[in-house]
Order: sequence, then structure tokens, then C-alpha cells
Amino acid sequence: MLRVVVQLAALGVTALILYVLWFNLTNNMRAAGLPTDFGALDQPLGVDIPGSSIRPGAPVWRGILVGIKNTLALVVVGIPVLTVLGVVIGIGRLSTNWLVAKVCTLYVEIIRNLPPLLLIYFMFNAVFLQLPPLQESITAGGWLVINNRFVAVTAFTHREQYMMFWWVVAAAVVVGIIVAIVRTRRWHATGEPHHRVLWFLGIVIGVAIVAWLLLDRPIGLSRPVLEGRVVTGGFMGFSAYFAVLIALAMYTASHVAEITRGSILAVPKGQTEAANSLALTTFQRLRYVTLPQAMRIAVPPIISQYLNFTKNTSLATAVGYAELTRITFQAIGNGRPAPQLVFVLAMAYLAFSLFISLVVNILNRRLQYVT
Amino acid sequence: MTATTDTIKPPSTRLTPGEWVRKRLFNNWYNSLLTLVLGGVIAYTLVAVVRGLFTFDYKILQDNLKLFIVGGFPGDQLWRPWVSGYLIALAIGLAAGAAYGSARERAAQAGMYFRTTGLRDILRRFWPFLMALVVILALTRTPLPGLLTAGLLIVGYGAYMGGRILPKGARRWSGLLVVLLIIGAYMALVSFGGVPYSAWGGLHLNVFLTVAGIAFAFPLGLLLALGRRSTLPVIRWLSVTYIEVVRGIPLIAVLLFAYFAIGFLLPSDFRPSVVTRMLIAITMFEGAYVAEVVRGGLAAVPRGQREAAHALGLPTWKTVRFIILPQALRATIPAMVGQFISLWKDTTLVAILGVLDFLRVAFAVNTQSEFLGRGLFMLTLSFAALIFWVGSYTMSREARRLEKRLGVGER
Repeated sequence: MLRVVVQLAALGVTALILYVLWFNLTNNMRAAGLPTDFGALDQPLGVDIPGSSIRPGAPVWRGILVGIKNTLALVVVGIPVLTVLGVVIGIGRLSTNWLVAKVCTLYVEIIRNLPPLLLIYFMFNAVFLQLPPLQESITAGGWLVINNRFVAVTAFTHREQYMMFWWVVAAAVVVGIIVAIVRTRRWHATGEPHHRVLWFLGIVIGVAIVAWLLLDRPIGLSRPVLEGRVVTGGFMGFSAYFAVLIALAMYTASHVAEITRGSILAVPKGQTEAANSLALTTFQRLRYVTLPQAMRIAVPPIISQYLNFTKNTSLATAVGYAELTRITFQAIGNGRPAPQLVFVLAMAYLAFSLFISLVVNILNRRLQYVT
Repeated sequence: MTATTDTIKPPSTRLTPGEWVRKRLFNNWYNSLLTLVLGGVIAYTLVAVVRGLFTFDYKILQDNLKLFIVGGFPGDQLWRPWVSGYLIALAIGLAAGAAYGSARERAAQAGMYFRTTGLRDILRRFWPFLMALVVILALTRTPLPGLLTAGLLIVGYGAYMGGRILPKGARRWSGLLVVLLIIGAYMALVSFGGVPYSAWGGLHLNVFLTVAGIAFAFPLGLLLALGRRSTLPVIRWLSVTYIEVVRGIPLIAVLLFAYFAIGFLLPSDFRPSVVTRMLIAITMFEGAYVAEVVRGGLAAVPRGQREAAHALGLPTWKTVRFIILPQALRATIPAMVGQFISLWKDTTLVAILGVLDFLRVAFAVNTQSEFLGRGLFMLTLSFAALIFWVGSYTMSREARRLEKRLGVGER
């Protein structure tokens, strides 16, 4: 009985608080002459987003979509970079080479203890803005264009029939997977070495090369060329993008390095000793004994670092990179109603976080030892 | 039982310098290559850093040192931060000394060995802090701040030595004294024509936001953690929803909400200052994280403790208050320090909303006409990096020390 009363009281108090807040919100907004619905998302954004087709007249929701796209541009490139950097540094801290171990330790102990926002300011203002101006761009033999406004690198371009090429490659991937499965079955049945990775890569790369030649080179390289104030060809990104990418990848990598190191150290010593007494080589020991067990421990915390990385991309606001938070901030600055826009912003990040938690939960279940 | 033969000593593991270089730097071809490449990079970086240190124009730091440390605090009121600093030095010294004294006494009662802490241990633990003080003082133009800081350190150390020899009865009251000293330090800044916290800035503001943020977030987090473990489903679901929603949102979004939208949620005649709004956002945000930290501590308390309390007929709230929380909170101390460090780094985010904190100052001094466009960001941001690093690094080392001493994770 008491339990029911307490729970009802808790619900009642929460509802009352929410009601008072809602009452104040609607009243205050009406008094300020602001709309209380989400119609504001159709009003003009009022700012120009560089590197996109958004002009000040475009509606807010289109700006928000571009913001999400720009946030994802940081996430998609940043996650592989920070993973490789972090794992290499984490293993480096355990190296038998004294210098490597000390340098990696120094890196982790310095970067991990700095505010990420400071790293972003540093990369942008002290590194990228100090590069030569547009007229004196570094071109590195035509492969790159680097100046204090943007960085352009050589990139792949699509010519005619490129869709055909990608379809062929996709088909090759499917065939490769089937062959790999067949090889695995055969290995289970007869014990013959499977070489499934080699088979898979051989099929995919072989087919890709043949298709590329037959379809008259559908994918080519395009070098960036500076013509006056604009660059054509290649892949161009503003300094803010690269500054944020490098700063946050460095910061998150320092945490990933600690997770990697801890996970490797958490593998019981007896496993290494057993591997050594079976006369496995160092590579075999790492590949078949230490790393598979360390991975189990490391994967969930590393994924939660990916989540932190994604949330930290919101700091790109500080250097003017047009990601989700920045665009919301600007729209509010142009008189669009703040409560709705902040709500949309929070929901976008929340959706991503919940998606990641779902992945972590599934992984956790799959990675647990079956006993 | 005794050894029948002369014991053979194990082979010496000490390497001669030559062996050491061969084994630890050049033991195979790829390690040799790595050593050479990294050695080159390090040498190059060191030369660049040393050259930079000698060629920088430190005038930008010297001119703006007051702005860096206390922001826009009025010049004729500067005695207030000093008084407040002395009171805090007294409080910290006294608390540390009293904690030391009681630990020594407990060890003596249990007949355990107690390692005494000397000045050398303190220097080894807090060298980054002292280094930062030296750097800051090297930038001053008059000897007064140096003398006052020396006095501050002497007062702190004196309070520490005094706290160590406090008799047991007096020690019980020292906690109250410490709280009074900290309140006094705050009052020295704001009361009798002082400066309210909404006008603070610089490093001072970051420290204030960190300490106040954790102090306010702790009760909220404690309630949420207890709510999350409650057997009442409604309370559990309310707590879980709050915690998971807040943890899924970046701090900057919460700050944006507080900056732009919180005014709409309050009665129309109540408009808190920007710093207050930042503090509300930080409290809301950190509360969810503190809740997770406390939950970890609660999970570390063995089930038998609760069952034993139940068997003794204690009501639920007494079980929580006297059995669960004392054990759980002790286990959370290292993780709480970790949370403290992450808030210390996150307080810089208020800079994005134009609050003149330490990082914002390091950024904004470059727009003064005298220093505009001279590329001094490298210097000012390095200065800020040094101070933030010293804070986080010292605290993280202390957390690791505490973790070892409390034996967390060694059950």
C-alpha cells in the first residue's frame, strides 16, 4: 500500500513540475511573440553555410540536415583514424623498445589531461590559421593544396559507367563471402587450411582490376587545382574541419590507447606463458591468443569512446565549422525560437546515442564467454 | 626446513648501459629503425620548442596576467582573492593534516606499519602544481605576488603540520572548521561590496565552476543513483530516463539550453545571470554522471550487507544511511575524482557562449590591438594548456594513489 502511495506521489510531483515548466514556457513564449509549435522549422535559416547549397533564405530544417551531414562527415572519417592511432599508441606503450614506450606514455599523459576544446582552438588558431595565405598555397607537386583557409587533397573521381563498376565489385564481394564460407566449411570437414581471407581478397581485388580495365577506367584520380580563389578537383575541406578532426581524433585516441593497454594487460599472464610453451611465434601469440581475448574486453569501452567522440564534435562550433550545434546556434541567433531548436538538437544527439547503446548491448551479449 | 646447500643468487637483472641500449633500443631491425626515426622526431621537436621558448614575446602574458587569473575582477578589490586564497590554503592544509593524523592513529591501533609522509613526498606528488606556480610568478612584474604566494604556501604547510598533531577531540571539530573556512573564503570575495560570482572570470571561474558544479551535482546524483536501484518501478524508471537522456546529449547542448531556453521555463520576473545559468546546466549534466559513479559504488557493496541489516530489523532508510552508503561512497572516491577531472576540463565549454573563463581569455587577448594578427595563439594557448594539464594530471595521479590505498578493485 505504502509503495503504491509513494510511487503515485513521485509521479504526481514530476507531473506537477513538468506542468509548471510547460505553463511558464508557453506563457513566456507567447509574451515574447514567439510561436509555440514546430512551424519555426520552416522559417528561413538566415545564414549562409559555406560548402553547401544553403543560402540565407533556405528553411531551418534544411540547414539542420546539412548540419547532421557535416557532423557525420567528422564521425565517419574520425572513427577509423582515432581507432588506428589509439590502438597503435596503446600497443606502443607496452613495447619492449624503451623510446617507443616512453613516447607513447608521454603522448597519453599529456593529451588525455587537456580539455578537448583547448586542443581544437590550438589546432585551428595556432596551427591551421598560421599556414600561408591563399596566394602562397603549398601545392606539393600538384597532389595537395594547403593554405590557411582550406586543405584540398587528391581524391577519386567517377567517370562514365562508374555505377556499373560498383555493381560488379559488390557482386564480387558477395561471391567472395560465399567462397570464404565454403572454404570454412571444408576446413571444418577436412582440416585443410582454409585461407579464407586470401581467397576473399583475391576474388574482390582481381574482379575489381579486371572490371576497371574492361569498363575503360571508370574510377580515376583527380588532383586539386587552384584557379584564382577556388579549387577544382580533388577533395576539399575547410581548415576548421581538419582542425577539429585532428584535435578530437588525437584526444579520443589517447583514451582508446589506455583502453587498449588495459585490455592487453588484463589477459591473464598464463595465456602468454602457455602460448610460449607451445612455441608459438610472437605474431602467432598476439594473433591467436592475446589479441582475441583483449578484444573482448576492449570493444565495449572503445565504442563508448566513439560515442564521446560524436558528442565532442559539437565543440566544432567554437571554430565555426558548420555542424549541427553550430547551425542551431546560428538559427537561434537569427531569432528562431530557442526551445524548439534546442529540443531538436538534443533529440538528434540522443537518437545517435541510443543507437550506439543498442549496438553495445548486442555486442556485449555476443562477446560474452559461452560457459 | 633450512636450506641444505649454499643458496645460489639469481642472475643479476641489472643491465650495463651498453647492454641496456642494445636490449631496450636496438634489439632487432624494426626496433632499431623505430628508435632512429623517433629519436630524430624528438630531437627536432625539442629544438623547435626550446627555440620557441626563447623567441616568444611574453609581453602578452605579462600584460594580461590578471585577466588570465581572475578575469575582470576590479583592480582595487584584488585583496579579496588573496584573503580567500589564504583561507582556502588554511582549509586544505588543515583537512589534509587531520586526515593524515587519523590515518596514522588507525594504523597504530591496528598495529600496522605506517609510512610517514615528508616534504620530499609532497614535492614528488605536487611538482606539476609548483611548476605552474613558478611559471605564473615568473610572468609577474612586481615582487609582491611572489611574496604573497610564498606566504600562502607557508600558511598551507603550517596548517598541514598543525592538522597532523591535532588531538583526537579537536580533530572531530576540524571538519566543521574547514567548512567554515571555505564559506569564509567565498564570503571574502562577495560580501561587503565585493564582486558577485556572476562577474568572476579567468582561472578563478573555472575552479569555482568545477567545485560548485560537483558540490551541487553530488546530492542530485546520489538521489538518482538510489532511485535507479529502488524497488519501486516508477521511481526507477524516472531516474533511468533522466540519467540516460542527459548522458546521451553533449554538454554544449545542455549549455545552449540553459543559455537560451531556461529563461522561458522560469517565472517571467526571474532572470538568472549567465554564470548562474551555466552552473544550472553543469549541475543537471554532471548529476547524471555522478549518479552512474555512485551506482558503481553501490554495486560494489556485497549483497550480504543489506541482508544482514534486514535480518537485524533495520528499516530501509537506516540500512541505506548506516550500512550501504558509507561503504558505497568510500568505494566511489577514485571515480569521483575522475568525474571531477572531466568537469575541470569541461568547464572550458562556457567559453563558447562568451563567458570570459581561462580558455576564453587565452583566446581573446589575441584580439587586443597590440597583439592582433601576430600569431601569438601558440603562446597563450600553450600557457592555458599547461595550467589545465597541471590540474588534471595532479588529480589523476592522486586518484590512482587513493585507488591503491583504498584497495578498490582488489577484492
